[in-house]
Amino acid sequence: MSSAHTLRRFRRDGRVVIVGASLAGLRAAEALRGEGFTGSLTMIGDELGEPYDRPPLSKQVLTGWVPADGTTLPRRRGIDAEWLLGVPADGLDLAADQVRLADGRRIPFDRMLIATGVRARPWPVEAEAALDGVFVVRTREDAAGLQRAIAAGPSRVLIIGAGFTGSEIASVCRERGLPVTVAELGPAPLVGGLGAMIGEVAADMQRAHGVDLRCGVKVTRLEGDAQGRLRRAHFSDGGTVDAEVAVVALGGIRNTEWLRDSGLAVGVWGVACDAGCRAFDLNGLVTDDIFVAGDVARSPNPIYEYRFISLEHWANAVEQAEIAAHNMVSTQADRWPHLSIPAFWSIQFGVNIKSVGVPTYADEVVVAQGSVSDRRFVAAYGYQGRVTAAVSFNNAKWLDHYRRLIETAAPFPPPCPTPDQPADAKPVPVDFPGPTLLAQGATVVVTGHDPGERRVTVMRQHR
Amino acid sequence: MRVVVDLSRCQGYAQCAFLAPDAFRMHGEEALMYAPNPDDAQREQVLRAAAACPLQAILVDRPEGRDAPVGTSPS
Ligand SMILES: Cc1cc2nc3c(=O)[nH]c(=O)nc-3n(C[C@H](O)[C@H](O)[C@H](O)COP(=O)(O)OP(=O)(O)OC[C@H]3O[C@@H](n4cnc5c(N)ncnc54)[C@H](O)[C@@H]3O)c2cc1C
Ligand code: SF4
Repeated sequence: MSSAHTLRRFRRDGRVVIVGASLAGLRAAEALRGEGFTGSLTMIGDELGEPYDRPPLSKQVLTGWVPADGTTLPRRRGIDAEWLLGVPADGLDLAADQVRLADGRRIPFDRMLIATGVRARPWPVEAEAALDGVFVVRTREDAAGLQRAIAAGPSRVLIIGAGFTGSEIASVCRERGLPVTVAELGPAPLVGGLGAMIGEVAADMQRAHGVDLRCGVKVTRLEGDAQGRLRRAHFSDGGTVDAEVAVVALGGIRNTEWLRDSGLAVGVWGVACDAGCRAFDLNGLVTDDIFVAGDVARSPNPIYEYRFISLEHWANAVEQAEIAAHNMVSTQADRWPHLSIPAFWSIQFGVNIKSVGVPTYADEVVVAQGSVSDRRFVAAYGYQGRVTAAVSFNNAKWLDHYRRLIETAAPFPPPCPTPDQPADAKPVPVDFPGPTLLAQGATVVVTGHDPGERRVTVMRQHR
Repeated sequence: MRVVVDLSRCQGYAQCAFLAPDAFRMHGEEALMYAPNPDDAQREQVLRAAAACPLQAILVDRPEGRDAPVGTSPS
């Protein structure tokens, strides 16, 4: 698809297939039409119904303000697509340019986008996961079930995992006056995403709001009653807690299994792609016609020394989708790179937590302005003497300032931008737990070579 | 109607909460909570809020933008 002529024809009556009909998939479809693509567009999704937004599921929906089926995404334009919903894609045949569906259908394409995101990591013991009262939160149905269970006024809610989602759910439960126990294997909440210093702040915040927070423990067993309802949880330290509801918030698993035999560079951190969202194959060759966007993508960023980065960030899904769509219908010379600085937000315990950059890409952290005890501050993160990220607690207006510091590789620690230099402005080691814990709480992961996945065979695949 | 706010862009200036208080509320000092599908009766207010947002962080359904999935699976 190199010549300008072929591209023109493709834009007019080519076939695009998008697998994953959620945030990234929808935004890519809209952007394709916005770019003037008039060919056929097929949306494949394993969930039924229209694409919806997930962040409200652990916030507005659980408080009871918004029904779980009320987060359908707005549309910027009609996309005139054929929707194949309720059936997963289960294979990609690069030699024939076809997507295989689980019901046996084969959908041909000229170019396709992979936007299959992540799913919630389930409780590992199936019989225990099946107990009445045990939830995960990724889909609308998950949120609806948990919202009903919470509204029924359980005697106690146990949250397993204190990453962003688990902490948000703990916050909503406390807002509703429910007794809450949070169990976290790491030393503090949010530690996988933001490190030990912010973890301590988050732990204080949870305890101040009446959360029974237990860190450094593992939930070893969920016990049910004769009716199959959750009743009690057992901890690695020998403790137990009686709870009617348990929320398993142990992070996500990337939906890549369906691509296992496709010949693409696929692993636990997603589908590797270049900065223009084009997928890599197993040998590290960039493909021309396969694009990736959203939570399932893993792409290099020059600001972070071209390391491959996997993000579970809403804004990243939107931006990558738009860039993938643009590049799909553009010549090489007109392609855009996706190099924006990652940005994330969370709302918990009445605090607006926001980040820019990649906090896990750091060796030191400093309170750069504000006051930790007021829970109104900005922490700056640095790696080898330059600013790589910033996190604000109720101080979001300053993040643009830090974004510019990151973009310009400004020296770390940065000077305080206001006259009121905080008393505790001394850099400390950032201190992240090891990679096994990282997988559970972080919403951004700097990925590297995974020795377990290493393949050195040169595979010459004929297309 | 359908609404989504890009909260990575939103800076909590609260103009929207002032103009359409049933659809946008502040949570704590600066976090914004919004109703993703406010009543159609609030359309005017919500559109005004979207137009007033200095960060253009509020996205609202275009009336002509609906394209409901049709060809669902036979199952
Ligand atoms: C509870 C919750 C709270 C969140 N809060 C925040 C927040 O505060 N801030 C923030 O920045 N981000 C937040 N996020 C993250 C944000 O929602 C994601 O980054 C975003 O949804 C990613 O969009 P996506 O389209 O890439 O993937 P997804 O939304 O995961 O969509 C992928 C879609 O593909 C489908 N699919 C998977 N496999 C297949 C297959 N084989 N065939 C067909 N379809 C398939 C899935 O079912 C799904 O519908 C939150 C997420 C959750 C779950
Ligand atoms: S007006 Fe815009 S920036 Fe201000 S709170 Fe509302 S959405 Fe956020």
